[in-house]
This record gives sequence, C-alpha cells and structure tokens, in this order.
Amino acid sequence: MRRRRLIQTSMGFAAGLTLAGGLKACSSDDSASTSSSAPAETAEGGAESSDATLTVVQGGGFPNSLDLHRVGTNRPAYGVSWVMYDRLMTFGKKTLDDGSISYDYTVLEPELAESWEMAEDGMSVTFALRPDATFHDGTPVTASDVKWSFDRAVSIGGFPSFQMKAGALENPDQFEVVDDQTFKVNFLRPDKLTMMDMAVPIPVIINAKLVEPHLTEEDPWGAEWLNSNDAGSGAYTIKEYQPNERIVLERFEDWKSGPLPQIKEVILLNVPEPGNRRALLERGDIDVNFTVSEKDQTELDATGNFTVISTPIENCLYSVDMHANPQLGGEDNPFGDVKVRQAVSYAIPYDAIMDTALYGQAVPMYGGKAQPDTVAWPQPSPYTTDMEQAKALLAESGYPDGFETTLAFDTGTQEWAEPTVILIQEALAELGITVNIEKVPSANFRSVLVEKSRPMIINNFGGWLNYPDYFFFYAYHGQDATFNGSSYKNPEMDTKIEAALASEPGNPEYEENVKGFIEMAWQEVPRAPLVQPQLGVAMQPNVSGYQYWFHRQLDFRQLAKA
Amino acid sequence: MAHSTGKIIGQRILGAIPSVIGVIIVTFLLTRALPGDPAAFFAGPAATAEAIAEVRATLGLDKTLPEQFFLYLGDLVRGDLGTSLTTGQTVVYDLATRLPASLELTLAGLVFAIALALPLGILAATKPNSWVDHGVRLLATAGVSLPTFFTGLFLIYLLYYRMGIVPAPLGRLDILYSAPPPVTGLYVIDSLLAGDLALFWAAASQLFLPAVTLGLFALAPLARVTRASMLGMLSSDFIRTARASGLPPRQVLFGYAFRNAMLPVITTLGVVFSFLLGANILVEKVFAWPGIGSYAVEALVASDYAPIQGFILTMALLYVVLNLLIDLLYVVIDPRAGVEA
Amino acid sequence: MTSTTFQHTRYVISENLVTFGAFALFLVLTLFAIFGEAIAPYDPLASNAAAALQPPSAAHWFGTDQLGRDILSRVMVATRLDLGIAVMAVALSFLVGSLLGTCAGYFGGWSDRIISRCIDTLMAFPLFVLAMGLVAALGNTVANIIYATAIINLPLYTRVVRSEILVRREAGFVEAARLTGNSEWRIMARHLFPNVLPVMMVHISLNMGWAILNAAGLSFIGLGVQPPTPEWGIMVAEGATYIVSGEWWLALFPGAVLMMAVFCFNLLGDGLRDLIDPRMRT
Repeated sequence: MRRRRLIQTSMGFAAGLTLAGGLKACSSDDSASTSSSAPAETAEGGAESSDATLTVVQGGGFPNSLDLHRVGTNRPAYGVSWVMYDRLMTFGKKTLDDGSISYDYTVLEPELAESWEMAEDGMSVTFALRPDATFHDGTPVTASDVKWSFDRAVSIGGFPSFQMKAGALENPDQFEVVDDQTFKVNFLRPDKLTMMDMAVPIPVIINAKLVEPHLTEEDPWGAEWLNSNDAGSGAYTIKEYQPNERIVLERFEDWKSGPLPQIKEVILLNVPEPGNRRALLERGDIDVNFTVSEKDQTELDATGNFTVISTPIENCLYSVDMHANPQLGGEDNPFGDVKVRQAVSYAIPYDAIMDTALYGQAVPMYGGKAQPDTVAWPQPSPYTTDMEQAKALLAESGYPDGFETTLAFDTGTQEWAEPTVILIQEALAELGITVNIEKVPSANFRSVLVEKSRPMIINNFGGWLNYPDYFFFYAYHGQDATFNGSSYKNPEMDTKIEAALASEPGNPEYEENVKGFIEMAWQEVPRAPLVQPQLGVAMQPNVSGYQYWFHRQLDFRQLAKA
Repeated sequence: MAHSTGKIIGQRILGAIPSVIGVIIVTFLLTRALPGDPAAFFAGPAATAEAIAEVRATLGLDKTLPEQFFLYLGDLVRGDLGTSLTTGQTVVYDLATRLPASLELTLAGLVFAIALALPLGILAATKPNSWVDHGVRLLATAGVSLPTFFTGLFLIYLLYYRMGIVPAPLGRLDILYSAPPPVTGLYVIDSLLAGDLALFWAAASQLFLPAVTLGLFALAPLARVTRASMLGMLSSDFIRTARASGLPPRQVLFGYAFRNAMLPVITTLGVVFSFLLGANILVEKVFAWPGIGSYAVEALVASDYAPIQGFILTMALLYVVLNLLIDLLYVVIDPRAGVEA
Repeated sequence: MTSTTFQHTRYVISENLVTFGAFALFLVLTLFAIFGEAIAPYDPLASNAAAALQPPSAAHWFGTDQLGRDILSRVMVATRLDLGIAVMAVALSFLVGSLLGTCAGYFGGWSDRIISRCIDTLMAFPLFVLAMGLVAALGNTVANIIYATAIINLPLYTRVVRSEILVRREAGFVEAARLTGNSEWRIMARHLFPNVLPVMMVHISLNMGWAILNAAGLSFIGLGVQPPTPEWGIMVAEGATYIVSGEWWLALFPGAVLMMAVFCFNLLGDGLRDLIDPRMRT
C-alpha cells in the first residue's frame, strides 16, 4: 500500500516537472531567457552592486505573462517570474566537471524563509519568514501573504495545482498562519518531494493585499490583474512591460532574500530572427544571447571573443521514436517488428547527424556498451551506424524488401531536426525503406504526440528531475504518456520502471531495475536515441555568473557585468 | 457636395456590411479548421487527458461550433475580441498597441516609395522610350520582384552587420530609449510632439531600413502610374496650349501637368497602402517590428484563435475604411466625381 | 491581320530590348524546368557531410548547403516546382475567375450580385494571411499551396473579366451572334471570352511573378513544401539564417534566381501589354 502511494506521488512530481519543463524543454533552441556568466567568481554579496545594465535577447518565444499560474503561460515567462517573485526556499549550486555552474537539487537554501524546521513526526514544516522582507510596494511580507499564495497555487487549477499536487500539496487546509512571521505546512502524507516542490518556480509568494482590490467573483485569484502587474518581493521589479516586445527589470534595492544582484537594470528583448540575434551580439549591441543555435555556439566560441557556455540538458534526449504497436491507423505497422526497429537503429547516420545537424554541440548517445554499467541517464546506447548489420536485421524481419513510411518532426525544432530527418531518409533509402518527411507546425505537433498517429517522429523529451525512472515513466511506460512517442507498451518494462520509482537511488534493487529497463530499452528500441542536447548561452566576455537551472531560464540575480 | 459626401459614406458602409459579415464567418471557420488542438497545446506537454479537457472547457472549446460562433458574436458585439494565449493580453489591447507600429511602418514605406517613385515617374514621362525611361522601369520592376524577407535580411547584413551605419534591427526603438507619450501612436510623430529630438532620431533611424525594404515593393505601381498619368497630361491639349503660350517648362511641368496628374496617383496610393499593410507581415518578422502582422503569424503558428480572428477583422475594417477614404479623396480632388456619385 | 500582328510584334521587340531579354530569360527558365533534372551536375538530394557549407568553387558553382548538397543543382531542379506552382495557381484562378467573371458580367442581376459580394468579401481579407491560414488549415502540401495562391488571386481575374465582359455585352458583334441564334453559353464562350483573353494575358504574366513570391513568402513562414524537396523560397528562407555567419551563398543564389524569375514575368507582362495595346503602357 505504502509502496503504491509512493509510486503515485513520484509519478506526480515527475509529471509536474516535465509539464513545466515543456515539450521543447529539451531543445536548446527553444524559447529561453537569458542569463549568463562565466564559470568564475560572481558578484556574491551586495557590496559589488553597480549601475550596470544588462541587455539580453531571446527568440523562439518571449515571456507572455507575469503570472506563471495562468493557462498558457510559456516557459520563457519563468525567467521573469523567477526574479520578480521570491519563493520560500531555493536550491544550492554546484560546479560541474567542465567548470560551469549548475543548481544542486540536493541542497535547499533559504530565500524568503530565513529558516525552517521539520516537525518531529515528519508531518509538517514550519517556516520563519525574514522579518525585514518587503514587497515591492514596501509592505512587509507576512505569513498570510504566503498562505494566500499557496492557496492560490493549489486552487487555481491547471498546471500550478498539478505541480503542487506532485509534492502532495493539494489542499488550502494544509497551510497555516501561525503568526505574521511564521508559516506552517501540514503534510497529507510523507513524501520525499514535498520540500523540493516548494522551491520550484510555481509556489511564488504574492502580495495578497495588493491583489485584493482586483478580486472578483469570476476571478477569485486575481488572474487578470496579476497577468500584467507586479505583486512580488523578488530581486527585480518590472519597470516596463511590453508583451512580446521588451521587458525592463529594475533591481529592487530593498531585496533581503539574498545578496543584492550586481546588475541594476535588465533589458529583455524579443528578437525572433536567429541571424539578427547573432549579429547583435557580434556587433556588441547586446550582452547576452540566450537562444543560440548549435552552429552559432560552435562558431561564436571559435572566435574567442565571447563567453559561450553549453551545458548538457539533464535527463533529456533527442530521439527517433518508432511506433511500436503491431497496428497503426488500422494497418499493419512495420515498426511493430523489433527487427525493423533494430535495423533502423543500425542504419541511422549518427556521426553525420552529430556533425552537420548539431555541429558537435551535443553529447552523443550512441556507440556505447552493450550493457549499461551505471544508472546514469541518458547514457549512450550500443547502436552505431552499421549498414551490414542493418541489412541483415531487415532481411530477418517481416519486411525484407523494405516499405514506405512517414517521419514527422516539429517545425519549432527545425534547425536541427530537418537536417537530421533528411540524413535519416537518405540512409533508410539504402535499406529499401522509403521515408516521406512531414514537417508539422508546432501547434499541431502536440496533437501528433497525443494521438500517436505517425509511424516515426523526432522526439525531444526531458524531465526536470535527473532520475532515469522518471524519464522512463514518461517515455517507455505502458501508461502511454504524451512523450511515449512510440506508444510502447510492455508489462515487463512497466514492472521494472514501477519498481525503480518505488525505491531510492543507491538501493541495489533500484540499480538492478534501472539497468534492467535501460538494457530492455536498447534491445527493444522503440526509440533510437540520438544525442543529449545542450543548453547554450553566448555572452560578452565581461558578463559572468551564469548558472544552469533546471527550468532552463536565466537567473538575472546571479549575473554580473564588469 | 456635403450631401453627396454623406451619401457616399452611407452607401459605402451599408455596402461593406455583408462583406464584413462574410469575413467574420469565414475567419471563424478557418480558425476552427486549423490543425492542432489549442487545448493540448496550451495545457502543456505532459498534461493528462483530464488536464487537456479542463483547459478545453476553460477556453470554451468543448462547446459545439454553432455555440462557439454565437458566443463569439456576442463578445464581438460587446467589443470583446477575446484574449490571446500567446501574448497573454486581450486581443483589443494587443491590436491597439500594435496597429500604430504597423501603420507607422506602412506609412513610412509609402513615403519612401513616393519620394522615389514620383521623381522617377516624372523623369520617365518627360523622356519616354529613352534609356532613362527603361532604366526607371527596370528599377521599379526589380523592386517589386524582390522577396521582401530576402531584401530585409540582406540589407541588415550589409548595412548593420557589415557597415554598421544603421541601428540594430530591434523593433521600433533602440534599447536605450523608452516610447514617447502616446498621442498618435506613431513614434516619429509623438516624439516630435513631445519635443524630443533625440528620440525622434532614434525612432526614425529604426524605421529607416524596414521602411526602405517595404517601400521598394511599392515603387513599381507608383512609378508606373505617375509616368502614365504624366504622359497623358503632357500630351493633352491644355498643356500644349500652355507650352505654346510660352510658359516656362518647369512651370508647365510642375504647375500644370503634375497637379492634374495627381488624381490617379492618389487612387493608386490608397490601393498600394492597403496592399502594403497586408504585405508588411514578412518585413515585420525580419525586423522584429512589433506590428499586427507578426502578431498574426505567431498566433497562426500556435493555433491561437482569438488573435487571428481579431487581426483579420481589423484588417477587413481597415480595408473598408481605406476604400471609403479613397472615394472621399476623389471627391475632394475632383469635384465632378462627387457630383456623379 | 496576321502580318500586321507580326509587324507590330517586331516593332515592339526592336523598340523594346528589355522585353526581348525577358522573353529569352523566360525560355531559359522553361528549359531548366523541363531539363533541369537531367542537366543538374549533382543529385539535388544527395547529402555529403564532408562537403557541407562550402563556398562557391569550380566544383560547386553556387557552393553547398549545410548538408553538403549542391546548391546549383537544387536551384536548377527547383525551377520546375516553382514554375509549376505558379502556373497551376494562376491557371486555376484564371479558369475559375474567368468563369465567375463572365457569368457575372454577362447575366448581371442576381448572379452578378452574388458573385460580386463573394469577391468583395475575399478582397476584404488580408490576402497573405488568408493564404497562410488556408495552407495551415489544409496542410502544407504543394497542392494546398497552389489552391491558396489561386484563391487569393481569384478577385483579380473575376473583376477584370467581369468589367471587360460588361463593356462588350451589348456590343454589336454580340447582338449579331444572338440574332443568328447562338445560345447564351456559346456567345460567352465563342464570342465574348476570346475578346477578353489578350487583356488577361497581361494579368497572367504579372500574376505569375506574384504567385512565385507568394509561395516563397509562405515558405519563409514555415508553410512551404516538405523537405527535402528543393524550392527557391525554402532555400532562401533557410539560407537566410546563414547570412550572418558568413555563408551568404545559401540564400543569395536561390534568392537571385527567384528574383530573376519574378522579374522576368513582370517584364514580360509589361511587354505583352505593349504588344496588345501600346496605349495601355504605363
């Protein structure tokens, strides 16, 4: 019973995370926000604050709301919300092997809450708020603001409530105002994700008194007003907000929840043309280009004039998903035959894709060992380009003479996906498989994923949490979630995934199951892994402090400009 | 004349009503025929079936098409065009803030085109079938043969990236400036009204490149009409008479011929304006110009119904108003037209 | 009649080298459209990762693209598709537009009112957005690009044909045909419509250029033909992202050819106008 519950909650969290992360979350050319900074010393501490203005461009999406609880709020909006609002806690930071800085989800640090204390029975936590913290309008942050904000997050419905539920935060009754400076959360059940879930972007602390006059019967949570108004206590205030055009953030001088940021003003501009973004950086008109294609990452880095940081995106994979059911749309589906899937996996021109589609700016996920020896994910699959093997496998399959099929990809990922599919089309033609390419507009691609109506798609899925079991639960489990692009269903696989979800990392049972399902995924290949993508940012050399975040947005508070 | 003007307005508006209704219906059907499920799109990628259903209900997309249509009509009557999910603002707000940007760009493009097309047209008319005439014709035709997005990107590459003589293609203003207090919504004019010359210069220099890109496209029709109209005038009897009576050539050319040749040019101007307003979509996209064209493209790609409907309706109304203005202008310039109408 | 037409043609050509040049260009384009695939130096679809993004050279006159495909070959092979789209779209809108316009102009009354209303409604749309919407709704295939382009060109043909027919409806030769017992449809098809054709040729030619631009614009928005099919508009649109990084040839050559084609049709249209009615020249 307890095991089952744990599975459910874990699933919930993963769901929330991936949901927030977004489908395109994985791709680095996706809407992004900015931030940057060399892996070196940053402006830690308010003493270094300056009058610097930081100009940031992004494309492929621009913050579309100041309220990230709204339906339809896009991922770039997380970047603005992240600095405009505070949360009770935040994550620590760590230095990665390549010297770049990343958040550390194993460490929780104080933000608006000065400290917190777990109850002895582990069934509640009490937060002590910073006594000197104020909202941007100067009013002090009180526990009743915190309660209102938490109530809103669990009640407003849609994604925010879903995300809160993932951490077993479901009901306004769980949130208690002890006194002005003390806020208590009662747990419904023990859940290892509850505390973490209070440090993700969703549970922002909103100035309840400021919103109050704008509440109406139809709009009990002030969604309309908060959509374009600032009610935060975060390090930056909104100075100018022109939707889809530009956002100007100004440092909040009375910010107490962390070291005062070094940058006084951040100008965020929407520049849809990738060429223009690059030109702006090269001409020195902007400080940071956050949406950088793989090609530009390589070339800008090669000039030596810019700081280019590319971080592999955690738990994320670009792959070719092959519909694994025996039938598709009422017809026999060649990819239902595992030999066909293996043949395709051996025919994919991995190196050519890595070089010409991704310009080397990714981590290869092919040519690995036959059996996984770690629980790391993603890790390279044993497949390499081997036409002889591919031909032999196809000859053994039910389709020795090949067949005709369709490979669909999302226009939003065109930059790398289009060359990839063309290379795959060419390679599969050698096997006698005729591939028709279908370029699907982004709005429609979601439906393609949900319906699972295409024999082959290019998928890019990633989850926030760096655990293989979460990835597999969404990508390989028989629940057939959106990201199971191959609609793969296998009870044996499900058993292993569920068992891993129910156990803790480090536990031998966990390791065994994870290695088991990874190996099974390789043998069955419902998806042929290509690469682990990277999140790239290009900055002027005088900008420092960039840190990788799981939400894949810039944290302006950490940036500094010399 | 006042009477006939009123009558023209009345007739035009009455006559436009069926078209506008047609536009509303067709647009509604067109948006609903767009592929993709907005509920699935805006619910986020990992949404469960229930989450998608919830979003669908929130968006009112669970209702039947006729129901949705009548709800839409009801909102329309109240002046509510809905909310854009892509920008997070109401469509009315978006259009109101973005339309001036598009108008400013289109007008600037038109001004550029006129400034170039009129002299060229006149020059060609004074020397018909000479190399000047052919040159003008080639130039104008070349302008209309260029894909605007290609011209735009190329000009950016050359004039901004390579030579650095125009400012960065960052929309309506350089990053250092803030918008002037809105009066007309056109930054170039508002900045002058506010007496801020630096701001005017900033706005004008941002406007330069997109306006040129767009204006090149309008060169051909204007230059041609100017030439034809001038040719007609120059061979007319009264010009011959004027010449014969020994008036200086300049005065004949500009004082008599040009003034009388303006009528067809102005009519063409109206047509070209409405054409440019639709054609500037690609230019807006290239120059990150925050107009309604780029807005419509983004909405279309996201299957975001409300902005598409709002945009097309706005354009249809603009089209009607513009045609009306052209007719009225006709009356003002040539009183006979009014009498006939 | 024939000899005067010939003399007139010769006069126009000798007077107007520009049109003659345009006609020669048109022939070249037609040749490429027919034989492009046969004479292209490389397979336009064959990738070659080792030769990606090479500048123009003796081996690759127009350079290679990001997948190492020969741009010259792609441009040549694309001619058929691009001209095909333009021809089909224009032919379609010409046929439908002429039919509607002739009916409206000849019968007048209710049929005129209904047809004119529909055309007015179509005119009130921002046409490029309508084309985008249609292609997005129907799916981005070549056929749908043709339909969308044809629909947005429909008002032009309908209106021109209608007004031309209207002028001639009561003309003597029509009256004569009617009196000799010709049916209405026969009069329209045999007597009225042929008289309108010359004027329409001018519009067709001018329109061809516009149809090519329209298809290119759709490609730029991402609503073009499916990869890896070579098409000028897509090549320019995709090549555009490479301009800043210095690979200018990706966009420049297809762009230049695209422009030449549109240019050619526009000049031809002008020339045809001179040919048909010198006084119409503007």
